[in-house]
Amino acid sequence: MTPEPVLSVERLVIEVARTGARVVDDVSLTVGPGEVLGLAGESGCGKTTLSLALLGYTRRGLAASSGRVRVGDRSLLEMGEEALEHERGSLVTYVPQDPASALNPALRVGTQLEEVITFHRRNEDRAGRRGLVTKVLEDVGLPTTRSLLESYPHQLSGGQQQRIAIAMAIVNRPRLIVMDEPTTGLDVTTQARVLQTIRDVCREHGGGVVYVTHDLAVVSSLAIRVAVMYAGRLAEVGPADQVLQRPAHPYVHGLLQAVPDIEGRRELTGIPGQAPDPGRRLEQCLFAPRCPLAVEECRQAIPPPVAVGEGHRAWCIRVAEQAGAPVAAGPGVAPREVAANGSGALLAIDDLDAGYGSRPVLHGISLSIPTGASLALVGESGSGKTTLARCIAGLHTGYTGTISLAGAQLARAARARPAAAREAIQYVFQNPYSSLNPRRSIEESIAQPLHYTEEHPDRAEIDRRVSRALDSVSLSAAVRRRYPHELSGGQRQRVAIARALIVEPRLLVCDEVTSALDVSVQAVVIELLDELRRRRGLSMLFVTHNLALVHSVADEIAVIEGGRILERGPVERVLARPTSEATRALVANVPRLAPVASGAG
Amino acid sequence: MTTQQDTAPSAPEGRSRALWLDVLARTCRSRRGLVGLALVIPIVLIAVLGPFLAPKSPTAFVGLPYAGPSSEAWLGTDGIGRDVLSRVLWGGREILALAVLATVIGIVVGTALGTTAGYVKGALDEAIMRTLDVALAFPQIILALLLVSIIGPQLWLVCLAVAAIHAPQVARVARAATLRTVEQDHVKYAEAFGIPRRRVILGEVVPNIISPVMVEAGLRLTYSIAIIASLSFLGFGLQPPSADWGLMVNENRIGIQQNPWPVVTPIVLIAILTVGVNMFSDAVARSALGIEAPIAPPSMSGSDDALGGADHVATEVPAS
Repeated sequence: MTPEPVLSVERLVIEVARTGARVVDDVSLTVGPGEVLGLAGESGCGKTTLSLALLGYTRRGLAASSGRVRVGDRSLLEMGEEALEHERGSLVTYVPQDPASALNPALRVGTQLEEVITFHRRNEDRAGRRGLVTKVLEDVGLPTTRSLLESYPHQLSGGQQQRIAIAMAIVNRPRLIVMDEPTTGLDVTTQARVLQTIRDVCREHGGGVVYVTHDLAVVSSLAIRVAVMYAGRLAEVGPADQVLQRPAHPYVHGLLQAVPDIEGRRELTGIPGQAPDPGRRLEQCLFAPRCPLAVEECRQAIPPPVAVGEGHRAWCIRVAEQAGAPVAAGPGVAPREVAANGSGALLAIDDLDAGYGSRPVLHGISLSIPTGASLALVGESGSGKTTLARCIAGLHTGYTGTISLAGAQLARAARARPAAAREAIQYVFQNPYSSLNPRRSIEESIAQPLHYTEEHPDRAEIDRRVSRALDSVSLSAAVRRRYPHELSGGQRQRVAIARALIVEPRLLVCDEVTSALDVSVQAVVIELLDELRRRRGLSMLFVTHNLALVHSVADEIAVIEGGRILERGPVERVLARPTSEATRALVANVPRLAPVASGAG
Repeated sequence: MTTQQDTAPSAPEGRSRALWLDVLARTCRSRRGLVGLALVIPIVLIAVLGPFLAPKSPTAFVGLPYAGPSSEAWLGTDGIGRDVLSRVLWGGREILALAVLATVIGIVVGTALGTTAGYVKGALDEAIMRTLDVALAFPQIILALLLVSIIGPQLWLVCLAVAAIHAPQVARVARAATLRTVEQDHVKYAEAFGIPRRRVILGEVVPNIISPVMVEAGLRLTYSIAIIASLSFLGFGLQPPSADWGLMVNENRIGIQQNPWPVVTPIVLIAILTVGVNMFSDAVARSALGIEAPIAPPSMSGSDDALGGADHVATEVPAS
């Protein structure tokens, strides 16, 4: 690193002011000019707290207790609020995760862009400001028309809003741009465009970018260097290709194994257990309890950084054992046979049109799921996939056409269906944080459906079946008396699956069940679903926007766009030789772990 | 399948008790809550135990009208020579009982209306809420006065009239909280499983709107006390010769220069009670806000179907 770094963080510690629990612990980083640093880690690891500290900001209740943050020649943590206000937006800028809430809904976007310029460059005249706005809109690939500048944020799509937010961040040519998962809420096509913009902007004016994300695939396509955090500390820092191809830290290795791969060359493997919360972090290697390579020494002290290569360090004393083990060592996912048990379709949808009020959402959908088969319904947001899933579950009744289960036509509303049909189709929701009643214990939640079945099992029987259901999702009996807020996201999603399984369903409708989960947890849940399917002969409708997951859960895939099924067929065929343009674009735009793809492809 | 025993993030044993107990425990640990309790408890004790401690009968004549305090009558006598202290000790029971009862009825009826309106939606929702809006348009005390002056000063009527004043406000609060709760997926799950609507309201909705309703209950209790005291001041509560704080103020205000105690004592007691209840319910509100079980989504979200209506805003869960 010969050139003067744009950003240097030295031994930064951020604590909860009241308890002294460390949220960010002893983090040192540098970013050079023109460099993109990918800051990766799972939820709760402190990456957002760290990224905000780069702007000299800590959330209420948190305080930077030691360490330094320097951007260019300014030391941000020592500045007063007024001085910081001046630097934010010109020296260092921020692109938040959710563009919809970052833009002022009451102001036209053109006004908002000009405001950023006016605040920091007071002597710029009107024509000069207009010129800057036009230039920056070209930079982010938006049309420079008046109609765009005069529209309000809600009139733009999510991708356009995000690009406006990026434009606001780069218009003053800052030294450092901090981006907090700016592509999470976007579909893949938009994501790819936004990522390209960031790369170009960074290269052109020699600023640095810190790109915060939980998605390692995004990191691999964007970042020059990667820093992976775990439980508030750095786990590994190094050049992206090295870290992603030959990770030196067992956690990073595990994380990479958990990233789904669209080519299906790796069996998904999750990392059991979970990271400790702030305040419960001991003076030892925090990953040791989950680490396959942990030895007694790991539990003695916080591991020092160990140099693995040029500019590549890992905070692990077992790097010698880990280094060199390439990711993707597994045998790969075996091609599946479409399991049709002769008996024909379990679920058949025929010529279904659905809408909300007068707004049509689905057009002429015909689909069937054979008994024991798993169908992935893939589409971008707004394609109508969730609406279709809700029609099947009896939650959305505004449709024409028929849905039949094992040959018998189903009533539209769930309440109008016979009990047997309601039990046969079970729905697992996207967000495990809202699908469990927070006032009910886990045991009560799982047993809830049993009270409304025809057989009315007695207490002992309920108890037995709850145990069996918990067992089948690998949760210990200890969670029975807990409440949802005491469980992690992955555990909650497993509880939701247990609740679905307890009535012995025939079809499981999984609506984006892993999109709210971290990758290592996502992999665990996917493993679980796949195992249940094989062992119990469950049929599954797996609704997702994530094509990369499809290999691990489905034998057939149906691509939906604009409310129409574009194509349908075996997973291998559709991914390898898509027949429609939209599918091709979807497949091409999935972020991949680039080094792995080039190494094996 | 990897067998695993993950440990819960933060699950100290015994945390799994009912939420409202948590709220109460936390309230009683806060300064505001303690002060509120310290104000309320003595008044409640006076009202409940007073009749057993009263030195004289509340209706016996013990001296000249408006006699000042003496060793015989510590707070002197009222307009017709009855012992003020004994009348004060006897006179709080009805106010307190009526206030609590009216509040409870108002809360129960209001919650039932509000949750039903918010859960069923559509025409029934409109019908319920517009009717309540009409009721809200009446000034509170006028509505009660109207009822009482038509039917007559009956205690049960006062109670129902005050409850009727509360119900619309409670219903609005309950409905707002219900609208938020019914968007949660656990309610959708219950619907997809065909669980009867009544059970969904009782099992999925009501337990999750307890906090805002509890907060409202404290506020309503304060109002109840004020309204009932006013009604009995105006003569629509207990009838003479019964002892009642509100009535006492009215009966003795002419003699305030001879003996102020029969007026001042009930006023001070009612004031302390109102302030105390208000502080306590405010403390409940604060701790209910702080304790609210985290239903927040995790720090990231995938794309979600904009048409599905279940999209959630991605917010980082505070790491503290």
